[in-house]
Amino acid sequence: MTKSRIKIVEKILSENDHMAKANRQRIDAANTYSINVMASPGAGKTSFILATIHALLDDKIKIGVIEGDTAPVTIDSDKVSDAGVPAVQINTGGECHLDALMVGNALDQMPIKSLDLLMVENVGNLICPAAFKLGTHSNILISSIPEGDDKPYKYPNIYRGLDVLIINKIDLLPYLEFDMDYFKQGVEILNPGLKTFTVSCKTGEGLDDWLSWLKAKIPSTQS
Amino acid sequence: MHELSVTESVLDIACKYAEEAQAKKVTDIYLVIGKLSSIVDDSVQFYWDFISKNTICENSKLHFERIPATLLCTECDQQYTLENDLMPCPNCGSAKVRVLSGDEFNLDSIEIQR
Repeated sequence: MTKSRIKIVEKILSENDHMAKANRQRIDAANTYSINVMASPGAGKTSFILATIHALLDDKIKIGVIEGDTAPVTIDSDKVSDAGVPAVQINTGGECHLDALMVGNALDQMPIKSLDLLMVENVGNLICPAAFKLGTHSNILISSIPEGDDKPYKYPNIYRGLDVLIINKIDLLPYLEFDMDYFKQGVEILNPGLKTFTVSCKTGEGLDDWLSWLKAKIPSTQS
Repeated sequence: MHELSVTESVLDIACKYAEEAQAKKVTDIYLVIGKLSSIVDDSVQFYWDFISKNTICENSKLHFERIPATLLCTECDQQYTLENDLMPCPNCGSAKVRVLSGDEFNLDSIEIQR
C-alpha cells in the first residue's frame, strides 16, 4: 500500500462561493439591485428594512424581501407582507446564518424579474453570516448604539467584508456610553473608508442619505 | 456555530480529490486557517468524526495550521503581527492598514493510501 500527499489548496467554502456567483447572475439578469442585511439580534434589521420599504414605495420602486430566521416564526415576513411587498421566509432550522443555496432556493419563489430591489435579511448573528457569501451586490451591517462601541474589535470578520455600515439608534446616543471615535477607529482598521450612514429608524434621522445612496444603485431608477 | 457547514464542505472537497486520485483511504487532512478566520478546531474535529463515518475519510485525522495575522500600515509602511486585540499601527498609530495574511481558510492537502 502506498501513501501519498495530494496538494489541493481549495477554499473550504468554495462551493458556497460558486452558488453565490450563480445567484448574482440570476439577480443581474433581472436587472435588480440586491443587499444582504446583517446585524446582531435586536440591532434593528427589520425596522431598517421596513423604513426603507416605506420610503421607496412612494417612488414606485418594486421591492422583494427574503427573510432568514432560525425558528419557524413568520413575525418578520408578516411585517414585510403587511407593508405590501413580497416576502419569502427561509427557516434555517437552527443554523446560524443564511448560505447561498438557501438564498438560491428562495429566489425560485421570488418574482425576481419584476423587482427593482431585493433585500435579504440575514439571521441575527455577528459571526457566521460573515463567512457565507450570498451573491448580493452589497453586504450591509447594522450596528446599533446600545450594542456598545467595542463591536468592531470583538467581531472583526463581519466588518471586514462590508460595503456599507449603518449605525442605528443614534437617538439613544445621549443616554448611553458610546465612544464614537473608538468605534470608528476599529472600523477604519478593518475596512478603511467604509461607506457609513448614521441613522435612527425611530426618528427617521439620517435615513435620507442612505436612501439617496441606495436609489443611485438601483438600475431601473437610472435614466 | 457554523462549524458543521464548514466541516461538511471539507468532507466534500476531500472526498472529491481522494476519488479522483483513486485512493483507498484518506488518513490525514491538512487545513490552513488564518487567525482572522473564525473557526473552532475542536468543534470541527468533533463534527468530522461523525460525518466522515462510512466515507473514504473515516478515521482520518485533521491537522490545523494557523497563519498569524500580519498587517501593513499604509501611512508609515510598518509591518506588524496581531497578537490578540485589534490594534492600530504600533509605530505611528494610524488605522489605515492593509491585511497581508490571516485570511486563509483553505483545505491545503490530504494524505491518502492507494
